[in-house]
Order: sequence, then C-alpha cells, then structure tokens
Amino acid sequence: MASLVGSRVERKEDKKLLTGRGKYTADVNFINQTFAYFVRSPHARAQIKKVDIAKAMKASGVVSILTGADIANDKIGGLIAGWRIKSEDGSDMKVPAHPPLANETVNYVGDHVAVVIAESLDEARNAAELVKVDYKILKAVVDTNKAMNSDQIYKDIPKNLCFDWLLGDRAKVKEAFEKADKIIKIDLINNRLIPNAMEPRAANADYNPSTEEITLYTTSQNPHLARIIISAFNGVAPENKLRVIAPDVGGGFGSKIYPYAEEVVCSWAAKKIERPVKWVADRTESFLSDCHGRDHVTHAELAVKNDGTFLGFKNETIANIGAYASVFATVTPTYLFGPCATGVYKMPAAYTNVKAVFTNTAPVDAYRGAGRPEATYTIETLVEKAARELGMDPAEIRMKNFPTQFPFQQTLVHSVDSGDYVSGLKKAMEVADYKGFEKRKRDSASRGKLRGIGLCSYFEACGIAPSPVVMMLGCGIGLWESAEVRFNPTGNVTVFTGSHSHGQGHDTTFAQIAADQLGVPIENIEISHGDTDKGPFGYGTYGSRSLTVGGTAIVKACDKIIAKGKRVAAKMLEANVDDVEFSNGEFVVAKSNKKKTIGEIAFACYLPGTYGEVKSPLPEGEEPGLKETSFFDPANFSFPAGSHICEVEVDPETGETKVAKYTAIDDFGTIINPLVVEGQVHGGIVQGIGQALYENCHYDNTGQLVTASYMDYTMPRADNFPEFDLGFTCTPATSNPLGTKGCGEAGAIASPPAVMNAVMNAIGTEISMPATAEKVWKACNQNKKKNSEAA
Amino acid sequence: MKTFNYHSAKDVKEASKLSSSSSAFLAGGMTTIPSIKLGLASYKDIIDIKKIKSLSGIKVTGKTVRIGSTTKHVEVAKSKDVKKVIPSLVALAEGIGDPQVRNRGTIGGSIANNDPSADYPSACIALNAVIHTNSRKIDAEKFFKGMFETSLKSGEIIEAIEFSIPEKSNYQKYPNPASRYAVVGVYVAKHKKGVNVAVTGAKSCVYNDKDLSKALTNNFSSSAIDSVRISSSGMNSDIHASAEYRANMVKVFAKKAVEAC
Ligand SMILES: Cc1cc2nc3c(=O)[nH]c(=O)nc-3n(C[C@H](O)[C@H](O)[C@H](O)COP(=O)(O)OP(=O)(O)OC[C@H]3O[C@@H](n4cnc5c(N)ncnc54)[C@H](O)[C@@H]3O)c2cc1C
Repeated sequence: MASLVGSRVERKEDKKLLTGRGKYTADVNFINQTFAYFVRSPHARAQIKKVDIAKAMKASGVVSILTGADIANDKIGGLIAGWRIKSEDGSDMKVPAHPPLANETVNYVGDHVAVVIAESLDEARNAAELVKVDYKILKAVVDTNKAMNSDQIYKDIPKNLCFDWLLGDRAKVKEAFEKADKIIKIDLINNRLIPNAMEPRAANADYNPSTEEITLYTTSQNPHLARIIISAFNGVAPENKLRVIAPDVGGGFGSKIYPYAEEVVCSWAAKKIERPVKWVADRTESFLSDCHGRDHVTHAELAVKNDGTFLGFKNETIANIGAYASVFATVTPTYLFGPCATGVYKMPAAYTNVKAVFTNTAPVDAYRGAGRPEATYTIETLVEKAARELGMDPAEIRMKNFPTQFPFQQTLVHSVDSGDYVSGLKKAMEVADYKGFEKRKRDSASRGKLRGIGLCSYFEACGIAPSPVVMMLGCGIGLWESAEVRFNPTGNVTVFTGSHSHGQGHDTTFAQIAADQLGVPIENIEISHGDTDKGPFGYGTYGSRSLTVGGTAIVKACDKIIAKGKRVAAKMLEANVDDVEFSNGEFVVAKSNKKKTIGEIAFACYLPGTYGEVKSPLPEGEEPGLKETSFFDPANFSFPAGSHICEVEVDPETGETKVAKYTAIDDFGTIINPLVVEGQVHGGIVQGIGQALYENCHYDNTGQLVTASYMDYTMPRADNFPEFDLGFTCTPATSNPLGTKGCGEAGAIASPPAVMNAVMNAIGTEISMPATAEKVWKACNQNKKKNSEAA
Repeated sequence: MKTFNYHSAKDVKEASKLSSSSSAFLAGGMTTIPSIKLGLASYKDIIDIKKIKSLSGIKVTGKTVRIGSTTKHVEVAKSKDVKKVIPSLVALAEGIGDPQVRNRGTIGGSIANNDPSADYPSACIALNAVIHTNSRKIDAEKFFKGMFETSLKSGEIIEAIEFSIPEKSNYQKYPNPASRYAVVGVYVAKHKKGVNVAVTGAKSCVYNDKDLSKALTNNFSSSAIDSVRISSSGMNSDIHASAEYRANMVKVFAKKAVEAC
C-alpha cells in the first residue's frame, strides 16, 4: 500500500459539511427544550443598582429569569484566567472576579446581567426587553494606551494593571545598545480584531434529574477543558456528572477554546429548572461578547551595527486584555508573545516588557496566532525600517542575521530544533521574482499607481506544549494530548482524539496517519472527537498543536496496537515474537513467510476461541480486544518558519490598496496532506491581510462598539485577493516522530507585516494597520506636500 | 422579532388599500427584514408586492429605459437591452452589495428607502429619471428629499422608474469595504441639454453637484473639473471616511467618470 502521508487526500468531512449535513450545536434540539436570551449591559461601565424582573416574569412564555444574585446564591464560581503571570517585581498578577452573571457592576457593553428562559426564543427576547436594570453609569476606560492613567475600574487593581511582566535581561540590552552604530525605533499599534467565526457560539444543556447528569452541547474547540472548568471552577456539576459534546464546530480562531458565561449559565439553569436550555448567539452578540484578539500598543527598538548586524532589541508593550482576564488572556501577550519577539534572528540581547491592562471592552484572548502575530509584526516592520535606514536590501539584512546552526538557542526562551531560514527566503525571492520587482513597479507607475514590495521572515513556537515547561511558567493545565485507537471486531478502526477539529480537516489528516501506521484503508478509519464521554481526556485544538501533539499520540497508540498484534500473530503463526514483522497491514514471519493481516488479528482478539476445541489464539495472559491508548507530552515546542513576500499597488488619488502578488514559502516540517495545509495557509494569509488592510474593532470613547455588524466591520472577501503562490521547504521537527511542525497559524502570523511593509514601501511613509484607503490617501497627500515644499 | 401580519397583494390597488402608517411594502426585503430583525423597526402589516406582475420588468424605448419597481438588481445587471443603451446603469446594478443582495433587492425598494449611500438614487438624478407611482409622476430631483426621506405619500406605490438615455455616462463608486454601499458614488451623464453629476454617499442625501455639472456642461473633459472646488462642509464623516476624504473622492471620481465615458 502506498503511503498516504504526503498525498492530497480530499477532505473526508467536506461532503457532510458542504451539503448541509453537518451537525452543529444550533442543530441540536431536545424535547421540552427552553430558550435562553441574555440581558446584556448597554453600558461599558456601570454599577447595577437594581434588577427588576417582576414585569418580565409575567410576560408570555417565560419559564424563569435568573440574575447575578441567583448565581451568587447558588455559589456558582466565576470564569477563570488559566495562566498565572508574575510581574517583574515578583508580585502576582491581579484579576477581578468574573461572575457568569454580573452582580454588582458591569464592565463592557455586552456583559451578561440576567438570563430570560422561555418557551420560545421570541418570547425570551420580548421578555428580556421588560427586565428593568437600574444602572449608575460610570466613566468607561477604553483606550489601551491611556488605561493606566484613567479611572480605576476595580477596587483592588491600581492603574488597571493586571501585570507588568518582563522577559529578558535589561542590563545586557543596555550594554548592547551602548555599542550600537544606530538605533532603530518604532511605535505601533496592533489593531484589535473580532474573531468572526462563521458559526456563532451556542450552547444547549440537558439535565436528567434521575441521574443528575448534565449533557452540554457547545461550540468548543476544547470540550474537555470546558468540562473541567465548568466542574472544578464553576462548580456546576462534578466531572462524572457532566458530559460535554462539541459536535461540528464552524470555526473558532481561538475564540472557542474556553467556556464562556453562557455555557456555565445554560448548564446551571438546566439543572435548576430541570429542562433543557438552549442558547444561540445572534451575530450582534458574537461581535459584542466573543473574546476579541490583539490590541497592543508597542514601542520597540533595535540596536544595529552599520553593516546590518543586530546587537539588541527591546519591546515595551501595553496589551489590552479587556474587562476581565479570560482563560488564555494572560499567556497570550506574555509567553506566547515575548519569546518570539526577537523574530527569526540571532539577537545577542533582548527583553520584552508587557503591561497588561484592563479596560471596559470585551475580554481579549487568543486569536489565530495568539501573541506570535503581534511579535512578528513588531520585529518584521522594525527590521524593514532598519534596512531602509541603513540603505540595505531588506532581504540582505535578514539573511545576515539568520541563524544557520541548529538546534538554535533563541535569545529569550526557545531552543529551536530545526530550520533552514536562508533556503526559505531564497526560495521565496525566486518564486516571487524579487529581481523583477523594479520592472513591475515601473509598469504600475505608468498607470499612475504606486507599487511596493514587503518581506516577512518569521518563526513561531507552537505545537503546544511540554506540560512541565508550561506549568512552570504558570499554566493551570497540562498540554499533552491523548489518543485511543480502537479496532472493531470486523477490522475497521475508530480513532479517538482529545483534540477537536473546528474546520482543520482532522477527519482526513488523522485518518491518513492511522492508515499508514496500521495498513488499513483510509475508508475503514473513523476519527471521533469532541465528546468527553468518548475516548480519553484531551486539551483541544489551538496553538497549531493537534497534529504534532495529538497526531503523535495516535502514532504511539498505533505502535502499541502493532506490538500487541505481533504477540498475537506470533502465537497464531507459531513463531517467535521477534521474528514477526509488520508492514502494510500484515504480520509476517520472515523465515516461513506465513502471515496474518491486521484484520485477522483484530478478529482473533475479539473472538478468542476456536470452534470445536478449547484453543485461544491469544498468548497466555494476553487480554482480549484490540484497543490501545496513548498519552503524548512533547519534549519541546515545534517551530514552523518561513518567508512571505507581498506586492501591493496603491492608487495615490484614492488611497485604495490592492494586493497584487503574494508569495508564501513555509517550513512546516513533514506535510501530511498538502491540500489541507494549503487551505490552512490560504485562510491564515487572508486573515492576516484582513488585519493589515480591512479589519478593525472600534469602540467609541464611551465604550460603545461601533463596529458591531458587517455593515461596519470589514471582513476580507475572496475578491480582495490575487492567487497566492505557495511553496514549502522541509526540515522535519525532531521533537515528534512525524516530523510535523504545525501550520494553522503561520499565515496569520506572516502576512500582516509582509503586507504593511509593502504598503510602506509603496508610499514611503509609516502607517498603522489597517491601511484603509483614507489613511493611505492621507499619507500620500502628506508626501506630496512634503515633496512640493522641498522643491 | 415582533410578530406582524403578512399580506400578499394581488395588485397595486389592493396593496395601497392595505397600507397604513404602521405597514411596509415588502419588495426585496433587503432593508425591511434586517431592520425588523435588529429591532430598528416594527410593523403591524407587511404587504408583499412581489407577486404583482405589472410592477416588474424592463422596457427600452427610443429615448428611455423603464424599469418596473420590483425588478431586481440582478435583472438590471444582466439586461442586454439596458447594456446597449445605458451601460453605466448595468455596471451600477452589478456593483450593488453582493450576489445575495442583488438577487433579492429591487430598484423600487432602493429608491423608496433613499439610503444616503445607496447607488440607484444617483442614477435617477443623473439620468433625469421620472418616478411613476400609482397616483402621479415625480421628477427625480423632487423625489429625494433628505436622509431616508422621499416625496412618497403614505400608501403611494412606485410602479416604475423611467430613465432618459444619455449620450454618454459613467458611474464611479468607492464601496464601503464592509457593506459595499457607496462611501462615495459619482454618476456623470451627458445629455443633449447638459451634463448631470449626481453624487451619493457624500452627504445626507443624493444631490446634483451644480458646480461640477456646470463645468462639464461647458467643457466635457476631466480637466474642466480641476478648477472646481469641492467643499467638505456638509459632507458625512464616519469611521469609514472623513468629510475631507469624501470631498476628495467626489472630485477624483468625477474625473475618472468623465475619462471613462
Ligand atoms: C448587505 C447589504 C448590502 C447592500 N449594499 C447595497 C449597495 O451597495 N448599494 C445599494 O444601493 N444598496 C445596497 N443595499 C440595499 C439593497 O440593494 C436594496 O436596494 C434595499 O435594501 C431596498 O430594496 P428592497 O427591494 O430590498 O426593499 P425592501 O426592504 O423590501 O423595502 C424597503 C422600503 O421600501 C419600501 N418599498 C419597497 N418597494 C416599494 C415600492 N414599489 N413603492 C413604495 N415603497 C416601496 C418599503 O415599504 C420599505 O419601507 C444593500 C443591502 C444589504 C442588506
């Protein structure tokens, strides 16, 4: 059988998903179900003086209305920050209480105040309008940059400061800067984004009073984590009485890694009223209450020698984490951000200082790339500026500072196991026809357009993560992954994984791996995920971890299956175990060429007897059945890397910017399925270009979300893009047997700086994301003015 | 969503009779339905006019193009007859929103709604349209009164829009990157008797820019626009574009439109 790893197997799940036969949480209905509608704060910051539900309770169809007081009475715990960060001065981070229904104060527009449960959604919504909340409006803190000098939101959190964290060595950096020929400085904003998963969040909780079990259907990237949080922290039900099922999930980009207030409330309410409670977010609720992404204000400096050698780097960032510290809110701007801040370069000295601030905006958490896009954007725009100021080619300055020896001990944390950054950039320049740029620029100029080219070389740390390492750094959970490979008696296979696809194609990729390992046709392999009652524990899908960590667990479980299969085959073939070899789905005794297929072995394991005589095919002491479980904790992160080159064309009269050409050369180690990987890269690039040119979450100064619909929040669309030129280099990861590195976030990490460098190259001015037409037009105008003044 | 009574009118008379101060006609529903869903509007009666055959269809005569009010954007976008005589109108229809909106939204609904950033109102002004209703004919210049405001009376139904075929015309639009409505749209049409430059998106209501129209009537070339000053006062300013940017775009687009004529 030819190996499936590396081949473009079409996605098994697409038939179902593309023909409308997927089953999402909103598709799940129970008999006797009720509908929840949340009363949300219309104010960014206010004290709740009184919640009057009397009139609403009398409205048609209302079953129950629950408030913050009820949830406090029932001692349901608050939502948690999952990662403990220490400040530079050694103090612990400060986080406010985050009750699932607000009790005393509301802290962002969309904060949950009460839930109305009714026989129909319309009735719930209509009754919600009758819930009278008496607010004392307080002045909202909105601006990331000013948060530390604004009104204090929480009594115990001075300066609205969650933590003031340092990674690196200030003294060494100071020394390096003193030796520099030149210091390049940059001030930038990493614009706030709203995730916009295609499927809005939803929950449907069913409680069985006889067994006291809750079954929660939810839109989660990580159902096991949802269960442990809702059990252990919110205290809604013990783990053994809570089953969490995430059926098909329509995208998440990080925003569905962790449970939200709504899941906690629906589960708790279902138990309270002893009826199923269903909630489905409408699009406005998604805008208001999904955790947002990014939102950094950064000052960074790079110390260089005149020949372009980097000597040192510092990064001073203020990260807005919104009104409450969400589960990964504190790790995203620290350990996911800081270590990658020095980029893909040799950097003798560096530090990253992050001040995380609370504001009266929706919580900010991990969003595709989580910290690494912010890090990459900073270093890559800074490096480009350095090239400009030193009069060097942007490719040359990068080449000069790439490490060439691996493993490479990166400045701040990571030991990068493998990579070849020079070949990657060379290949990108070739594919992008870097040399031909000047000609294309002249051609654009002849049409009155400004053409620019921008580079980005990145590395990132994903495949998260070694549990002891992350727990040492403050993580509240392990980050290993599990797999159970179960042969069915008739020889087909079900693979259970603790990771969970929300669009990544695990049904296909994981089946390819198992098919290769076991020699079973891919059609005979089913991947099962998303249900805490099926298969062992897991930590879900994010941080480009599913394949490197979860896929490895599958390989290891398959190894165990094969080991057992060998023992059974040896008995059946009357051979020595050591003489049995396994390949292409067959156990073969080399000497006699006698063989058994893995299907025959499975059958024997499940039906261990012989008709007419007492004779087992199993060796003495061997258990029947053929099912193995493996837990894999990686020894290191994985480190995808690559170089992207973007060309844009700007109309200086209108400021409209078109992406004219885009090349991405990535090193993801071994590629299991190029079709799936290209899809991931396309999506990531599009998302990154979205950040660079279109998307922007905008709150006004009272904390109202102005971009709360698709009429005002610009999503990138297919007609915004040219064809992308993709290519790959490969240095296999050494930290997992597959050699894979992860590809889910790379596109979103690499593309914003590539695009912005191209825009800035075209117009010759620094400009912030998103480079909207008006901003670009203004910059072009200023240049015109400057030029005419100079003349 | 609040509940409402749904009526499907068989003819214009019935539709008009059913209407009241708390009703809306349902043409494409692309404005009415989202407004209801978002709680921005609520109606007692929704009167569907899509089944009234006489309201739909395109007729091209020697001098005019007459488009029935419930004719969908996609039908105009695909009309070979219109393309022959007013290609800019076809291009405008092709550029409205997205395929879903074009497959449902109607020209009558668009102008009745008179969104300040809708496309069709500019075509009506530039192409000296006459709006035919069930009770009278209204010149486009008198039809568009202000933001979301027209001279339609309660119960009055638009039956058709009759455009004059110009010698030359062109429409330039900077679509709002999010919604694809016009941040600024400029419709230039050269008729025998003079040039109209209709501008949408820039102010609270579509308008005929008299200065640009005059300059181009005197000299139909893009250089004629150079000396026209476009003031940003009274122009819209929002997160998508400042008044200053809009003023610039009016001028840039007027030139581009003339060059493309
Ligand atoms: C996402 C999106 C993007 C859009 N983008 C654009 C764009 O780029 N450019 C643009 O111009 N438009 C755009 N639109 C608007 C759309 O093109 C429709 O033209 C508009 O929504 C109204 O037309 P309708 O047929 O849907 O009217 P409806 O929603 O059915 O009705 C709107 C109003 O008009 C009244 N009405 C309808 N027909 C008549 C009639 N015959 N006589 C009297 N009154 C009537 C109704 O009573 C109602 O008050 C967009 C809409 C959406 C949802």
